[in-house]
Order: sequence, then structure tokens, then C-alpha cells
Amino acid sequence: MIYIVTHYWSELVQGIGYTLLSSVIALVFSTIIGTMFAIFEVLPNKAMRVIGRVYIEIFRNIPLLVIAMFFYVIIPLYVAKIDGFTAGTIGLTIYTSSFIAETVRAGIQSVDPGQMEGARANGMTYWQAMSKIVLPQAFKIIIPPLGNQFINLVKNSSVLAFVAGFDLMYQANSIASLSLDTINSYMVVGVFYLVITLPLSYYMRHLEKRLAN
Amino acid sequence: MQNFIQAYSWVNIRFLLEGLWVTVEVSVVSIIASFIIGSILGVLRYVKIKYLSAVIGFVVDMVRNLPLILIIFFTYFGLPHLGFKPGILFATILAMTIFESAMLAEIVRSGILAVDYGQMEGARANGMTYVQALWHIIFPQAIKKTIPTIVSQFISLIKDTSLATIIVLPELLNHAQIIYGQNTAYIIPMFVMIALMYFVICYALSVLSRILDKKLA
Repeated sequence: MIYIVTHYWSELVQGIGYTLLSSVIALVFSTIIGTMFAIFEVLPNKAMRVIGRVYIEIFRNIPLLVIAMFFYVIIPLYVAKIDGFTAGTIGLTIYTSSFIAETVRAGIQSVDPGQMEGARANGMTYWQAMSKIVLPQAFKIIIPPLGNQFINLVKNSSVLAFVAGFDLMYQANSIASLSLDTINSYMVVGVFYLVITLPLSYYMRHLEKRLAN
Repeated sequence: MQNFIQAYSWVNIRFLLEGLWVTVEVSVVSIIASFIIGSILGVLRYVKIKYLSAVIGFVVDMVRNLPLILIIFFTYFGLPHLGFKPGILFATILAMTIFESAMLAEIVRSGILAVDYGQMEGARANGMTYVQALWHIIFPQAIKKTIPTIVSQFISLIKDTSLATIIVLPELLNHAQIIYGQNTAYIIPMFVMIALMYFVICYALSVLSRILDKKLA
């Protein structure tokens, strides 16, 4: 195992870099998109609620790999030349946004409706009340689930390996075929994943417990 | 439009359905196996047997925090180096079962923790042994409480079977790739069709879980 780490250090570091980069980009954009569709779902307008619901249900119920492959195959063919990393990250963002939308919606709905009414009664518009009063409270509640989404993102970013995204999983395969030491290559990469995800997951569990009390 | 009509010829659709059948097969076997193993692990982690529970807890946390693709690779490419060579289908089911058992163990454990401790005390006071109380009183309530989470985990499992296309398991996505590999005009129709197939199965399950949840609540 040590041999793999010292010998393929640069590949491993590059892999971790791409994995984290993709996860962070996807987290930022899927939080923005997810929040947007979550707000659609709690709007008084029925048509908007339907749009929000349909978006969430569609992308929650289709495999991430199918979405990522779709962008990887379709965009270069009909739109623009993009690399596997970009296509994979787009797929990751869209897939995750549907889960985050669901989380944010639950967060918004767990905020006492009196908050919105109070804000409106004090002369705020709907959007002012939503962005300044309701959303900040909702986000406080959903920090642990959002953290868990980030852990999922780090794990799910391994689909980049399918689209030549140079992430950690992709490097695992190339190291395995270069070194011919399959077991140890995958073990080393597994440890690299755990170094990112395990501490995060323990921290989120701790946070959940603290928020529950 | 012409592309769609041509792409959805009976031969292609039948080929996709064959892939769908493999997807369903792998999913059903993995769901049953991981539900049983996950429940056992979850209960064992909960009951606090010296050392054993701690070890199970650590292994479960480790497996949960690894990408499933890595586990699939390990069972398919790694195990042969340890002297055991599983076929593609078996390697996939093995990997899915290992990963999903860990996920379910955690869900079951949190379900047990959510059951009021008075239930255990009441059962014990009425003369049940600890194991009887766990099996007849606590466990059913824990499962009832976690049905939505368990079903959504199974939906993830069904979606995740598509990852096995990387070791060329002849499942739905793999068959779609074979079809559009022959003709690029079929790419969009194929993606639309398989997305629809996955969607129908997964959405139906999520509706079912909502109905179950309402009925049991």
C-alpha cells in the first residue's frame, strides 16, 4: 500500500483535487438551483408549485449516471465541446439539486408560518420576508442534511470516472492498471475517500445531536 | 421524430426490456439480502455487545462513506486476486448488498433509537426476555417508523444498479449504450426511454411508500 501512495502520489493528489473541486462546484450550484425550486414549491401560485414538484420528482427518480452520461454524450454532439469533468459536474449538480430542493422545502415548511405573516404584517413584501426572515431560519435547520448532501456529493462524484473526469475513482483505475496491484490500489483510494467523508460524517452526526437538544 | 420511431423498433425495445429485467433482478435480490443483513447489523450495533458492536459500528460507517463504484470494482476486480472469482452478476449483487446493508444498518439503528424506551421496559415487565422484546416489540415499531427512509434507500439502490454498467453487467443503461453505439441518432431517444423506465419504477415505489406510511401511521 505504501508503495502505491509514494509512487502514484501526484495522480492521487490530482484525483482528490478534482473530486473536491467537482463536489464543491456542484454543492454551490445545486444549493442555488435547489433553493429556487424549493421556493417554487411553497409559492401561493399553483403553476409554480407544479413546476417545482415536477423538476424534483424527475431528477430524484433517474440515476445520476444516466444524467451524467446524457450530458457527456449530448452536449458535445449538439451544443459545445466540453470535457468529461464539466459534463460530469453538470450532471452531478442537476441530480443533487433535486435532493437539496427537497431538503430546503422541508426546512422552509418547518419555519413557523407566523414568521412569514409577521414579516408581511410589518410591511415586507413576500420576497423580502422569504429572503430575510424565512430562508435564514430554514438554512439554520438544514445545515446537517446539507452537510450529508456534501458527503454524498464526494461519493457520487465518482461517476466522473465514467466520463473521464480525472477524479479519484478515475485515478484508482489508472493506478490499478499501471501498477497491476488491483487490491492495494483500490484500498489506497478507499482510504483517501474515507479521509474526506468519515470526519465530515461524524461531525454532521455531532451537529445533528447538538441541534436536536 | 423519425429518429424516435426508428429507435423504438420492437427489436430495440425488447433489448431494453431484457436489460430492465437484469436491473430488476439485481435490485430485488440485493434489496432482500441487504434488508436482512442490514437489520441484523443494525440490531447488533444497537444492543451494545462488548467489542462486537463497536467493530460493526466502525465497519458500517466505513462502508457507508465509500463510493459504491469503488466497492463494485473491489468485488469484481479485487476479489479474484484474493483467490475468489465472482461472475459479473454475482459481483454486482455482492457489492450492492455490502453497501446497502451498511446503509440499512444505520437506518434500522436510528429507528430503534427512536422507539420510546418505555416500550422495552413494559415488555420486560410483562415477562418477555430481552431478545423477545427486541424482536416482537421494538423491531416492528422501528421498521414502521423508518419505512419512508428504507424505501427511499431502495430507490437509490435501483438507481445505483446502473453503475454496474462499468463492469459490463447487461443491465438497462448498458443495453441502451449498445443500441445508441450503433447509431448516434438514437442517443436522445434511448436516454428518454431509459429515463422513463427508471422513473416509472422509482416514482411508483415512492408513491407506494407514501401510501404505506399513511396507512401504518
